[in-house]
Amino acid sequence: MSSSPSAPLLVVEGVTLQYRTPSHVVTATHRVSFGVTRSDRFVILGPSGCGKSTMLKAVAGFVKPVEGRIVLNGTTVDRPGPDRVVVFQEFDQLLPWKTVKDNIMFALTASGRLRRTEAEERARQYIEKVRLTEFAGSFPHTLSGGMKQRVAIARAMAMEPEILLMDEPFAALDALTRSRMQDELLQLWEDTRSTILFVTHSISEAIRIGTRILLLSAHPGRVKAEIDSTGEDSADAAGRRLSERIHHLLFDQEQVHADA
Amino acid sequence: MPMPERVHSYSVQRTADLEIVEKPVGAVRRLYENGTARKILLLILLALIWEGYARWLDNPLLVPTLSATSAALLESTRSGELPRAVAYTLLLLAKGYLAGLGLAALLTAFASLSRIGADLLETLTSMFNPLPSIALLPLALIWFGLGDASIIFVLVHAVLWAVALNTHAGFRAISPTLRMVGQNYGLSAAGYITRILIPGAFPSILTGLKVGWAFAWRTLIAAELVFGVSSGSGGIGWYIFEHKNQLLIPNVFAGLLTVILFGLFVEHVIFRTIEDRTVRRWGMQT
Repeated sequence: MSSSPSAPLLVVEGVTLQYRTPSHVVTATHRVSFGVTRSDRFVILGPSGCGKSTMLKAVAGFVKPVEGRIVLNGTTVDRPGPDRVVVFQEFDQLLPWKTVKDNIMFALTASGRLRRTEAEERARQYIEKVRLTEFAGSFPHTLSGGMKQRVAIARAMAMEPEILLMDEPFAALDALTRSRMQDELLQLWEDTRSTILFVTHSISEAIRIGTRILLLSAHPGRVKAEIDSTGEDSADAAGRRLSERIHHLLFDQEQVHADA
Repeated sequence: MPMPERVHSYSVQRTADLEIVEKPVGAVRRLYENGTARKILLLILLALIWEGYARWLDNPLLVPTLSATSAALLESTRSGELPRAVAYTLLLLAKGYLAGLGLAALLTAFASLSRIGADLLETLTSMFNPLPSIALLPLALIWFGLGDASIIFVLVHAVLWAVALNTHAGFRAISPTLRMVGQNYGLSAAGYITRILIPGAFPSILTGLKVGWAFAWRTLIAAELVFGVSSGSGGIGWYIFEHKNQLLIPNVFAGLLTVILFGLFVEHVIFRTIEDRTVRRWGMQT
């Protein structure tokens, strides 16, 4: 398969995902398709129960599609791998028995990306990027929530993966920290131009983070629309702001939920 | 209607104006706040009571004085009798403890691989956990004869269940996120076990090791006491038993004191050090 610069890096084609609870088989997404181009900041946006997190885990290789396929760079995804690194929402994604620096080095050496000395140098660079240099020797339990997420982002970015998968990474942070982290992520992106697949349930976060936004409906998740974003909640020709349009698209025929 | 503008003014007192910002507490108060100091004080008090009571009783066959016990302890240590007994006990303990750990590792691995294995572990543990290891000694003597093998068998029983159950519980309690992180970075199966599962479960594993140690130590001393009846040489338990027969009660007390001191040493020095360097440092204490 040729990968010309304009061809999408990640292709998700008619993917149906299901998961099992003790009593039911739940369909999380139904025949969802989209493509992510290199250096996109692609946001999957939808209410709870739209299967956006499950979709991200499928791209990561933790969940297998029951229908359709996921192709990264011409290769079908069938297991987790270090070319698709996930940043989770939970703070416990850092190994508590390793310092900040060792957490990042662990990722680099465990995956066989780098040898120890190179890994140490790379870890130092990325710790500096997220401005945690003075905490390089600290253990995760001594850090604040925002700092932990910055370490997780540094660890993921240090891997320099094909695509960075972010599963509501700022959802557990307070509003102020959250807003600052969004700015920092955008700055980091300016630096690295990584391809990012970002999952969120917040319309404002999606507009701020995304260059493109995929809207999913809930129960099961289906594609409602795919729209471009400039990062501004600007008004269109008809005078409707982007957030209003998204809200309308998501909750059109349904009961209107307030965005959290 | 326009609201009238209100200006609040606060007069902030400068630190220098305050009478007391920080003041050292008295030496006695500070000593009392120190847990170790309090306990040492208690120990001295208890030692004095012991010495006083033993002198008043004046019957070394029932309660020897602290000074007589200390003299016996020193004498036995100098003659090499007590160190030999301690070494014998420790060697036996190490053999039984390690064999128990090995079996526990096997059992836990089996339990982690399949649901049947997990059920087996849970069933066996709930069956054997309430059974005091020492109760198996008569049976062990029939199976393995008079010798270390019987004691090691009993020790294995003391260690195995506590360690296997705690380790297994620790593995199961590792968060799904941490598991996914391990898989995400492409660890091999062996790497996943040694770099994610074992450190992730370490607080529980350590609890298992501590409980296993406590069971093993008490079982071993008891087994030696029983075993001593039928065997010529032995460890601390045998030392206590033998001196009781010779009515050398200060030596009996010296033996008991050794058991206490060694137990305290392992629990409060060895395990505490391991905890300080691992789970406490990592903020993983349960």
